[in-house]
Amino acid sequence: MSDTISFRLNDQPVHVTVDKSRPLLWVLRTDLALTGTKFGCGEGYCGCCTVLVDQRAMRSCSLTVKDVEGKDVTTIEGLAKNGQLHPLQQAFMEHDALQCGFCTPGMILTAFGLLRSNPQPSHEQIIRGMEDSFCRCGAHPRIVDAIQSAAAAMKGGR
Amino acid sequence: MKPIDFLALDFQGGPSVAAPSFQSRRDFLKRFGGGIVVFVTFGDLLLAQESTHDVRTPVVPRPGLPTDFNAFLRIGGDGRVTCFTGKIEMGQGPITSLPQMLAEDLEVPLDSVDIIMGDTDLCPWDAGTFGSLTTRAFGPALRAAATEAKGVLLELAADSLQVPVAQLMAQDGVIFDQQNHERRITYGQLTKGQKIERHLTVRPSLKDVAQFKIAGKPLLRRDARDKVTGKAQYTGDVRLPGMLYAKILRPPAHGAKLKSADTTAAREIPGVQVVQDGDLMAVLHELPDVAEAALGKIKAEFDVPPADVDDQTIFDHLLRVAPGASVVSQGGNLETGKQLSARQFETTYLNSYVAHAAMETHTALAHVEGDKATVWASTQNPFGARDQIARALGFPAENVRVITPFVGGGFGGKTFNLQTIEAARLAKAAGKPVQVMWSREEEFFHDTFRPAAIVKINSGIDATGKMTFWDYEVFYAGDRGAQHFYTIPHHRTAAHGSGWQGPPGSHPFGTGAWRAPGNNTNTFARESQIDLMAAAAGADSVEFRLRHLSDPRMIPVLKAAAERFGWTPAKAPSKRGYGVACGIDAGTYVAAIAEVAIDPAKGTVQVKRVVCAQEMGLVVNPAGATIQMEGCITMGLGYALAEEVHFKGGKILDTNFDTYPLPRFSWVPKIETVILEANDMPPQGGGEPAIVVMGALIANAIHDATGA
Repeated sequence: MSDTISFRLNDQPVHVTVDKSRPLLWVLRTDLALTGTKFGCGEGYCGCCTVLVDQRAMRSCSLTVKDVEGKDVTTIEGLAKNGQLHPLQQAFMEHDALQCGFCTPGMILTAFGLLRSNPQPSHEQIIRGMEDSFCRCGAHPRIVDAIQSAAAAMKGGR
Repeated sequence: MKPIDFLALDFQGGPSVAAPSFQSRRDFLKRFGGGIVVFVTFGDLLLAQESTHDVRTPVVPRPGLPTDFNAFLRIGGDGRVTCFTGKIEMGQGPITSLPQMLAEDLEVPLDSVDIIMGDTDLCPWDAGTFGSLTTRAFGPALRAAATEAKGVLLELAADSLQVPVAQLMAQDGVIFDQQNHERRITYGQLTKGQKIERHLTVRPSLKDVAQFKIAGKPLLRRDARDKVTGKAQYTGDVRLPGMLYAKILRPPAHGAKLKSADTTAAREIPGVQVVQDGDLMAVLHELPDVAEAALGKIKAEFDVPPADVDDQTIFDHLLRVAPGASVVSQGGNLETGKQLSARQFETTYLNSYVAHAAMETHTALAHVEGDKATVWASTQNPFGARDQIARALGFPAENVRVITPFVGGGFGGKTFNLQTIEAARLAKAAGKPVQVMWSREEEFFHDTFRPAAIVKINSGIDATGKMTFWDYEVFYAGDRGAQHFYTIPHHRTAAHGSGWQGPPGSHPFGTGAWRAPGNNTNTFARESQIDLMAAAAGADSVEFRLRHLSDPRMIPVLKAAAERFGWTPAKAPSKRGYGVACGIDAGTYVAAIAEVAIDPAKGTVQVKRVVCAQEMGLVVNPAGATIQMEGCITMGLGYALAEEVHFKGGKILDTNFDTYPLPRFSWVPKIETVILEANDMPPQGGGEPAIVVMGALIANAIHDATGA
């Protein structure tokens, strides 16, 4: 039972003809070849599969492709604009806020969602906002620092 | 979708090699044509790897050691330098630190160095990436190769410039006459059209640390940009034309046998292929989620053996079936020590099974064509995987190529390579490339956990608060970190079993190496016991340790931690919530001090601050070393505070992160690290040492807060 589902993906319109109940994660990773969105747990606990849906961070393993019909989806591949890294990406690099890098796309997009709702979060608010995103390598303190410095960089201008 | 042939980590548009298979040095030279290639063969280096390898890789009989070379680098006609290593990048940073070493010794800019990692056809044989060995064992070979290559280049330049070698200087990929800087020639110019092969069997004298310009300096990760943009490829991101995704039928418990499986409903889903290869049954489909749905439609029945142990009764079971002890170290006479004691302390320490829980689950993509197989794999030991796959398929090892893209965390868990065998068998059976990516439930089920372990210590102090004797027995954690380093006149340390596997029938499921294997358990027990005695002696726990330390490496490390922490002596337990612990792992000395806050009403522990001091010999990339320490501390909070695998018989009750907690952002304390300078010592391990102190550190701090 395939349906054609249309949405915006990384600033481009896309139309996919798929079973609309399929998880967004796998449609992104296989049908659309965007492998930056990672599978970590499949049940929404870890955050590795986080994408932006209408600028809000959501877990693509727990969404169907139907859920994003007509919406605006951004994956990690679509965060940099015109070759210019997003301040969060820049800050994650500068703060060495990653090791194996597997959770990194989800961390950055979760942080994006956090900063969108609270552009100048306190240290405590960052921790609360990131609490349900897992990193096994232990990059947490640097991730918090990176988000703080990205928030500072984004003030004004953006 | 473009298949990639191997992980070419070229940073500045370096050589891109669409590489066919080649297995020998001769093939390698043919493939790359000209340039300078240095092969290094060090007997002692091999021994260093071997001695560790012996203990550590449990399932695979070792392949023959390479007799020709075990490290190499190539300098191309374009002046670019390529380093080939069987090591892999799983977050610990060799992708940065190895080129850093190479650039230093070869005198080239860092961005002219490319690195090819974990490809069994392109890289020299390697035991695997574990044991914090990359920098200390592989590093010297790489540095030697670079030094040799520089020597060759200087000779070529002497010819070309008509200047004696002694008058020449190499810098930034250029050789110039020190008396006339205009007389200069680049490495690329020298290498062009040359075919020079060097074999290095004698260790050359290496550049002095004091002259380091690139090594020893903090450096940001070279893979960071690809990792923040989603470009970095992990095994699960590799695509091949016509590939299928497999979902494997799993038993409900370890030891369960398949009785029957009705696959009718699964086969009705369009495009589904059910494959059975002996005991391996899987559903294949061109979409992973459809394969998963189809797997759910298989009605399977299993014979499940009765559950005779669970996470409560396991320790009694383990003690019952424990192998005999072998003495790790001893001195004096325990009976004499006991007679000297005013007080004795007999304690049993228990450690539960702990999962690796890397964020990337075990993944492999296999492509079998005729009698050849290519397998992309998330593995810490690509050469081990190659041999396992070859055996499973009945192929000679040289017909199997394992390619290791970025690995999404390993921690010792990605050394058994079951998923690579599964993918290879299914690809062979299906006649198409097959990807196996374990679900989180499969990851918990097939993880080779840190083994449950027991440590029994009997120890004593005399009336003046001096340690008199130490009788230490460890079960199932092995001897890594078991030996104490305190001044105790009468002591004995014994280990039951060699480590993390135990004899058959001891553990109800797989166990294996877990970051600093064995040492977490041993350090937890030893440093807890030391604190117990310090408290009984009415002493300060830092002072008590110093009183019993004579090791010239440990004393400054503990003092450095105490100084940075701002430690003020107090009789333990001080009610301040301060804890201290020391440990030695992979040649590195660690001391840490923590502050915790206890909420008695809620029964919760918040770790407020951890100061960790470490002496690890020469530090190649201080930024990387610091990050490894932070990672160890953060990861270690998990086993110290919460992580424990729940099971009943062979059934693993934890299937996802809802019941198995990982350290979260709110758990993480303020972390301060101190690395003591020890440039006269060769580099020691960095990826594991700091995690070993975490169990005792937190336990001691809690004890200091509560007095209980």
